[in-house]
Amino acid sequence: MNVLEDAHRATAPDHARHPTAAIGHRLRQPLSAAVWPAGVAAAAALLLPLFTSAYWIQVLTAAAVFSVAALGLSVLYGRVGLISLGQIAMLAVGGWTAERLGQTGALPFWLVLLATGVVTGLIGIVIGLPALRLSGLYLALITLMLAAAVTIVLTNTNFPNGGPGFLGYDPVKSGTVPLARPAVAAGDTAYFRYTVVVCALMFLLAIAHTRGRPGRAWAAIRQSEHAAVAAGINVTLYKLWAFALACFMTGVAGALLAASAGGLTVYQFPPQESITLLAALLMAGMYHFAGAVVAGLMLKAMPALLDTWGVSSNVLLIVFGVGLVQTLVTSPEGIAGQLSRDLARLGARIRVRRTTS
Amino acid sequence: MIEIKELTVRFGGVTPIQAMDLTLPGGACGLIGPNGAGKTTFFNVLSGFVTPATGRVLAFGDDLLALPGHRRARWGLRRTFQTEQAIEQLSVYDNVAMVHEHTGGHRRDRHRDVLTALDFVGLSVSPTAPVGALGAGERRLVELARAVVGHPRVVLLDEPAAGLPDEETGRIGAVIRRIPAELDAMTVLVDHDMSLVSACCDVTAVLDFGRLVAAGPTQEVLRDEHVVRAYLGTEEIV
Repeated sequence: MNVLEDAHRATAPDHARHPTAAIGHRLRQPLSAAVWPAGVAAAAALLLPLFTSAYWIQVLTAAAVFSVAALGLSVLYGRVGLISLGQIAMLAVGGWTAERLGQTGALPFWLVLLATGVVTGLIGIVIGLPALRLSGLYLALITLMLAAAVTIVLTNTNFPNGGPGFLGYDPVKSGTVPLARPAVAAGDTAYFRYTVVVCALMFLLAIAHTRGRPGRAWAAIRQSEHAAVAAGINVTLYKLWAFALACFMTGVAGALLAASAGGLTVYQFPPQESITLLAALLMAGMYHFAGAVVAGLMLKAMPALLDTWGVSSNVLLIVFGVGLVQTLVTSPEGIAGQLSRDLARLGARIRVRRTTS
Repeated sequence: MIEIKELTVRFGGVTPIQAMDLTLPGGACGLIGPNGAGKTTFFNVLSGFVTPATGRVLAFGDDLLALPGHRRARWGLRRTFQTEQAIEQLSVYDNVAMVHEHTGGHRRDRHRDVLTALDFVGLSVSPTAPVGALGAGERRLVELARAVVGHPRVVLLDEPAAGLPDEETGRIGAVIRRIPAELDAMTVLVDHDMSLVSACCDVTAVLDFGRLVAAGPTQEVLRDEHVVRAYLGTEEIV
């Protein structure tokens, strides 16, 4: 039993006098916050491959990876109020690191994922340093420029293809060399399932953070740094922690992408993609983790869907622009927020009907 | 006891606090003065949000200014804000638990200490209620509970009842009066509400344009002619 339940029991009679408190209690309590990623992942991993083609398996693998990149942004902006337009670049850095580590052939796949996450997490701390002084538009600009710098560097270094030296790139060889997949997930379907499980673990990691001590500190920092300091919170530590966590998760996602079909090219990670990611996440629901899943699908599954209908996926930029305006005006919480509120209302209505009948 | 020696704060050409020497003896102390007198700036110096140009602040013998802001909370310095800062995204319980866990409170005591603090301020909503759903008075009490949870040594209250109706101001005043006696923590109250300061504070200091105008027992200070002239106008104080 957690402390909130204890606290609830200790003051149970209050609910009779404070109906809003009782509603708040119901909204915050459901275990679904930790259960839904597991449920969604289980359903996706088990059921989707039964109904989809090989092409869609690859699309959905990419969608799962991008949902983790969106999750990183959701933690940074939605929880701490720090804007970063460098998350797609971090995905690329994760991909590069994983391919380079995998090229040695010495590490098992799961360790490549973990080591990549640690490397990008450390880079995240460095990126987070300007965030200690900057916020809002300035931080967005700095991180966007960092993303552009990553693109420039990667254009020159390329992704490792089994070559010699630190860069691991051999200009004589043509084509890309994807990261070797684990033995248990060699096929596309098995690898999709593997990816979904790892992505679900990333969601659980983020949820564990936000429901615990860091989450409370982040909520305070987001509202008022002064209030956070007055509460004894080390703002520097928790801001850097948020960057490290976001970049760890995005790095792991990049490593997963490195082993998906075809290998990586720098053209997959244009700096402006981070802006599209932000727009998609705002529409999907910045303040709900389920929004990150929706954003991943919007970024990867929707273009594929348009492709299959013969419509240019560039149309999405217009759709996202209009959708963003519509979201900000009518439902700032985004699709996930709207959905969870509607479901909660529906649940409350059903409960009331049950008790009255 | 807080001893302030030669404290000067400068913002460019403005000097909100000038060469302030003041000893706050403990118990409940009031700090009054007209708008712009330097009261909130003084609190911000104590909290670590403003670095003074010169001066020292010794709180119970410890050099407060030598500690980083968040360490001061762990030392035992707590505060509320003029614009109330209950964290909206968190529940009532989490708002208070957040301070407990970052100020060195033991995990095993957290549940008990948080509920004790909520009980102390007389907050009668469910601890699991989201703060965003509370009224202004209740949010002020959440902030007050954050300031008293665990083992506070100095509680700074910056207009803790601003904008509240008389009845709720009375409730908050009653809580403030109990802080020194029951929690063994000294309280510094900044407020424009003279009845609240009179009711809560044994001693009061008066600031005007960054200078200390008067300090002493509250009733005497409120009758001081300099204070009357600088702050309260020329009407007779009742």
